[in-house]
Amino acid sequence: MTAILEVEGLKAFYGASEALHGVGFTLQQGGITTILGANGAGKTTTLRALVGMVRREGRILFDGKPINGLSTEAIARLGVAHVPEGRGTFTGLSVDENLRIAAYTRSDKAAMRDDLERVFGYFPRLKERIGQQAGTLSGGEQQMLAIARALMLRPRLMLLDEPSFGLAPLIVQEIFRIMRLINSEAKVSVLLVEQNAALALNLATEAYVLETGNVVMSGRAEDVKNDEGIRRSYLGY
Amino acid sequence: MEQLLQQIASGLASGAIYACVALALVMIFTATEHLNFAQGEMAMFSTYLCWQLLQWGLGFWTALAIAAGLSFIIGVLIERIILRPLQGASALSVVVVFIGLLAIFHSMAGAIWSHTIKTFPSPFPEVAFAGSGIIGAHQIGMVAVTILMLSALFAFFRFTTLGLAMRAAAQNPTSARLVGVNVDWMLALGWGLAAAIGAVAGAMVAPVVYLEPNMMSSILLYGFAGALVGGISSPGGAVFGGFLVGVLENLVAYFGNLTEKMFGVYIIGNGEKLSVALIIVITILTLKPAGLFGHVITKRV
Repeated sequence: MTAILEVEGLKAFYGASEALHGVGFTLQQGGITTILGANGAGKTTTLRALVGMVRREGRILFDGKPINGLSTEAIARLGVAHVPEGRGTFTGLSVDENLRIAAYTRSDKAAMRDDLERVFGYFPRLKERIGQQAGTLSGGEQQMLAIARALMLRPRLMLLDEPSFGLAPLIVQEIFRIMRLINSEAKVSVLLVEQNAALALNLATEAYVLETGNVVMSGRAEDVKNDEGIRRSYLGY
Repeated sequence: MEQLLQQIASGLASGAIYACVALALVMIFTATEHLNFAQGEMAMFSTYLCWQLLQWGLGFWTALAIAAGLSFIIGVLIERIILRPLQGASALSVVVVFIGLLAIFHSMAGAIWSHTIKTFPSPFPEVAFAGSGIIGAHQIGMVAVTILMLSALFAFFRFTTLGLAMRAAAQNPTSARLVGVNVDWMLALGWGLAAAIGAVAGAMVAPVVYLEPNMMSSILLYGFAGALVGGISSPGGAVFGGFLVGVLENLVAYFGNLTEKMFGVYIIGNGEKLSVALIIVITILTLKPAGLFGHVITKRV
């Protein structure tokens, strides 16, 4: 297996204060990796730092090439799709427009149409609501829209920040089921940040545990799940 | 009755100009949450550019197209060079820059072309129209040109990918970046478009108000009133508001004159037209700050 993302000594800053203190991890091509940790551990900040939404230092290699000097939009164009915390849908635009906006970066209009069909295959509910303003969708539908929009970029790596946040358990299950499909069918590697550790460990193959801006442990998701010590001290379940 | 229709028609004509200015203001406001006080002076400067090209012997529409193109470039440059370094600066700093721009364009126009009033030709033939006496040829042309331009703009924003990207960037810059939109360039493009709209509005209104460095100052105020009436966050509302303010100011003056004639009491007349715009601004801000079509912006804190 080859690595799609290699991170070394990643530091992130909010103003003058350092929020990540040199995080390092590796993502395998085609895998699902999860970053776990308590509130304020730096999970969201890690994702933000990867795509350049906060000031950062360190080495980030995507597909072997450094991306730590690139802007957020340039990283998105390379095929890293970040689905941010709070979903970040364009609430004033229609579902259709939310999906088509990804076309801005692409010139292959025919392939775009295929992708749209494929995305609707994963999320048939979005097709029913195609003309509706995104702001009027339910929370679950907005999360689906956010993932669908990310898929329209034809990503090779998808960063997901708390996709379960504020959603009913059934909807969360549905979304995780689709994420597994996307990972296996569309060959999209996934980096998942979750509060709900049990859920994330079921989906993921690899896991990293963060505590106050440092990686404190890593391993196969299976092993982390079965290690009672880790579960008790870091994951709280 | 005919006089009333006349007043409404000429109100629509000036309303078309206010609508353009209002739209230019709203375009920059929705993207940056700043109100460009220099919008009027930029339009005035563009009109001088157009006048200069006319003096050099170009045809009206060619001159206008070139002036609009130059204004577009000036708008883009202002954003890239002057406002880009101010990203994240306080609202007050930006306001001061806008006022500075206003002063710069004002005195530059005066220095280059002098402060004396110049006539500006109308591109429309001086023929009397059917049902004439109600509306002049230039007024009809003014409305037609602005409506044409506004429709083209709406089509651009509604149906093109670039227009969609600009709307997305204005609405949620962070998410727009995440789907690969270069938000900084979208902002600059918005400035360019707003400046070009101003150029057309200026050239359309100049034959009526004559060309001089102060020509746009009251028009900016009306445009601002129009934008507020429609809702400062709604482009369609701003256009509607612009037309509404145009008609309203004329109607107020008309009924003011009427009461003076009938009862011999002077309450309000042509002299108070500008006050009408200010009264509208104050009323909207106190009673319905979101305007007729705007939406209340709520922020999570």
